[in-house]
Amino acid sequence: MTSNAATPLLDIRGLKTYFFTEDGVVKAVDGVDLHVRPGEILGLVGESGCGKSVTSLSVLRLVDEPGRIVAGEVWFEGRNLMALSEAEMSHIRGNRISMIFQQPKSSLNPVFTIGDQIAEVFQVHQGLKKKQAWAEAVELLRLVGLPDPESKAHAYPHQLSGGQAQRVMIAMALALRPTLLIADEPTTALDVTIQAQIMDLILDLRARFNTAVILISHDLGLIAEAADRVAVMYAGRIVEQAPVRELFAAPHHPYTQGLIASVPVLGRVQDRLATIPGTVPNLVDLPPGCRFAPRCTARQEHDLTICTEDEPDLLPVAEGHRVRCWLYAPQPASSSPEGRA
Amino acid sequence: MTTTPSAPETDIRPVSLWRITWRRLLRQRSAQVGGAILLALVFIAVFAPVLAPYDPLEVLIGKEDVRKREAPCIHLLGCPPEKPQHIMGIDGNFRDVFSRVLYGTRVSLFVGFTTVTFAIVAGTLLGAISGYAGGWVDNVIMRLMDVLMAFPSLLLAIAIVAVLGRGLQNALLAIAIVSTPVYARVVRASVLSLKEREFVQASRALGASHAHILLRRILPNALPPLIVQGTLGVASAILDAAALSFLGLGAQPPTPEWGTMLGTERNQVFTAPHLVFFPGLAIMITVLAFNLLGDGLRDALDPRLKS
Amino acid sequence: MLQYTIRRLLLSIPVLFGILLVTFMLARAIPGDPCKAMLGEKATPEVCERFYEEHGLNDPLPTQFAVYMGKVLRGDLGQSIRFSRPVAIIILERLPTTVELSLAALTLAVAIGIPLGIVSAVYRNSPVDVGTMVLANAGVSMPVYWLGLILAYTFALLLKDTPFWLPPAGRLSAGVVAHPFYEVFGWDVPQEGARYFLLEFIANMYVVNSIITRDWAVLKDALQHLALPALALSTIPLSIIARMTRSSMLEVLRQDYIRAARAKGLRRHVVILKHALRNALLPIVTIIGLQVGLLFSGAVLTETIFSFAGVGRMLFEAITARDYPVIQGFTVVIALIYVGVNLLVDLSYVFVDPRIRLD
Repeated sequence: MTSNAATPLLDIRGLKTYFFTEDGVVKAVDGVDLHVRPGEILGLVGESGCGKSVTSLSVLRLVDEPGRIVAGEVWFEGRNLMALSEAEMSHIRGNRISMIFQQPKSSLNPVFTIGDQIAEVFQVHQGLKKKQAWAEAVELLRLVGLPDPESKAHAYPHQLSGGQAQRVMIAMALALRPTLLIADEPTTALDVTIQAQIMDLILDLRARFNTAVILISHDLGLIAEAADRVAVMYAGRIVEQAPVRELFAAPHHPYTQGLIASVPVLGRVQDRLATIPGTVPNLVDLPPGCRFAPRCTARQEHDLTICTEDEPDLLPVAEGHRVRCWLYAPQPASSSPEGRA
Repeated sequence: MTTTPSAPETDIRPVSLWRITWRRLLRQRSAQVGGAILLALVFIAVFAPVLAPYDPLEVLIGKEDVRKREAPCIHLLGCPPEKPQHIMGIDGNFRDVFSRVLYGTRVSLFVGFTTVTFAIVAGTLLGAISGYAGGWVDNVIMRLMDVLMAFPSLLLAIAIVAVLGRGLQNALLAIAIVSTPVYARVVRASVLSLKEREFVQASRALGASHAHILLRRILPNALPPLIVQGTLGVASAILDAAALSFLGLGAQPPTPEWGTMLGTERNQVFTAPHLVFFPGLAIMITVLAFNLLGDGLRDALDPRLKS
Repeated sequence: MLQYTIRRLLLSIPVLFGILLVTFMLARAIPGDPCKAMLGEKATPEVCERFYEEHGLNDPLPTQFAVYMGKVLRGDLGQSIRFSRPVAIIILERLPTTVELSLAALTLAVAIGIPLGIVSAVYRNSPVDVGTMVLANAGVSMPVYWLGLILAYTFALLLKDTPFWLPPAGRLSAGVVAHPFYEVFGWDVPQEGARYFLLEFIANMYVVNSIITRDWAVLKDALQHLALPALALSTIPLSIIARMTRSSMLEVLRQDYIRAARAKGLRRHVVILKHALRNALLPIVTIIGLQVGLLFSGAVLTETIFSFAGVGRMLFEAITARDYPVIQGFTVVIALIYVGVNLLVDLSYVFVDPRIRLD
């Protein structure tokens, strides 16, 4: 089924990934703590550029120049992934932890058949011979619902549709039954009807193999349906974490509230769509204090000064529910009411 | 404490493409180096009479005690002060090599710019007509360009010079003719890609003539690749002109052209290497400058790097 | 696929026709009297009249062209005015030299250029990368003949008494003879016909010939003589290929499928050499085809310096001597080869890139 309260499968502590560019140091991930339990689906939500993808790439240590992981530990199956050699990491990728990406067609190498590309996973990790690996690949294609897998295996990526290509990616990712799958916006680039099919496939396979999933998306509806727990990211930090129902029923962080409020609801008459005023901060030149402060209406309403001076920690507000906001701090620093705004 | 959210400052003043390009260009290392060398070369070309210790055509026999093809004499490096200084030595006709190399800058820069200008003008005309008119006109012109490009450029240039006769002018014409197809293709490609766009149809609806559309709307878009290609074209034009002169088909002695200097003395390379080394080095530095500049321009104009 | 090939071949025909026409006209346009050029200034009008008759130079131009076309299509390239030998034979003797030199230069360029380009791309902005790019820039800026002369000076003179010495002229040392392999094998080959052309062509490539006959002394000598000109000639293509490989690799390495390949657990070198390179090579193949033209141009200059009896040198001499048949024949052959190579490159693209299936 889903979660159990045992030791987490993946435990990210204090992850910091910075990009050292000509224009300055971009602090894409600036102190992220996350954990995923065996078999659970963790939703990672946020706007574009908030650091969700960089976080997942950091887990697999696939961050390239000019980016670098500057701090943090990622504990997986008893080992700190940040301390492993490149050779050891490559044993883990595709094998114990897999990843699928947003653009499935361009994630496949255009000059090799899809059969070859799937078989490659078996050849590299399990040392299978070409014929055997190919047979496994065909079986996988059948498993993910591709019709006529024997001949499809000889196809080239450009001959597939987006949905088919994503199925192929899923097949490759789950080939060796990894314990963790990172799905970075897996359905964003697909048509709406296909989106549902792909999500069903992911959930179905996840149930079958008891794979934990980090589901990254900016689509709240998707997260609400699929995730067990949710973490909300903003400007490189986690600002709220909660079980999914709790988050949607009682969002505490002003940003989360804004996000949820901005999703239009069918049937409800609205003259204007709700938006969060302002824009995402420049990650090179971050303001001191809470990163959301410039856009936070709650701060203005409660006339808080501490928000622009000091950054809050992730504070517990309920069982398994934590928020990074001064509104919920135990000792009010200046005039601020307790409880929710 | 203000209540308005502090959105990042947006500069609404439109910055033209040229200014952006110029600024990007200045940041490119290759453009910096290339531009610096080019400035130095232009300086040398302009001030050659001042910089050169001797007249490039002056035969020194009888005026100084020098031997034919004498090795360089540099006072700073130990050559006795009584001997007249010739930094790059003396050539086979008792002339000062250094002065000739300096004056050669003029010839080479002239060669580069005139050939490319001619080729760009001719190529633009052909390419624009070809691309815009389409149909059989396009076909004929492009076949002609294909035929021209089917010949290795130097060989074709040699053949043309053979027809027209030796000499620097004819060599320039030959090189210009041989270079034209490249520019024709560049312009044609730009024209083709823009011909079917809405703003062309809109202009037609407003009554603009074909010529007007071509000149004011379409061709300006062909400028960036033309500029890049042209700069690189100067580099290869200088190389080709030097090659023709080397073979005796271009600038004739006693004109101080680097290729000619190399050509006349090539058989003496083992006894008088300085006669070969310095002119060739000059060619290389000059061509390198234009290549670097062209590369820098290409990177600066790369639409993908637009921020 | 077949349709495409046929279409391309058909499209080449007007170009080939144009080549023949342009060559013909250019050759005729060269000022000067071939009779006087051949027989000397003192040749009398009667002698020259007979000369013109003999060589068909009195007929109207269109007739001359038609006659010429007919002959070319039958493989008859006429007789050299200078040497009174069939042009085809002269080409046969000289073309292998140029081909061998060009192939050697191209091999060097590819063998050195592509690895350098890969390393530069993978270790971007490292000293190797910067150094390679600087050298590559310098490489395309150097006059081939200057480099050749400098190399000759260095290896033939400066390194004269070292094992690095290399000869500066000729294809073989004096007294060294490369016996054609068909002679060595005792074959009886009549001196005409396509078979003869082919065998002679191969035999005139001394390196190939000596490998076939296993004459290692000749092989060493031929290679030594080939070294400097091939090196000089390879510099420009090498630089271009290195730069192209680098930029192509950089482009490919940015792609999503490279990141996905690493996420699958593939090691870096596998990703680079298998997944990236295969994609990066596509544009490079085109470039290699274009180098052929450059190589021929460079051959003229290199052959001049290193005294190689090749096609380039011959053409140059023929132009000076107004030897029309040689000029025409050589130019046509060179242009044909150029067009042919480019056609091959175009067609090979279909095999190399599965996205282009042209159906």
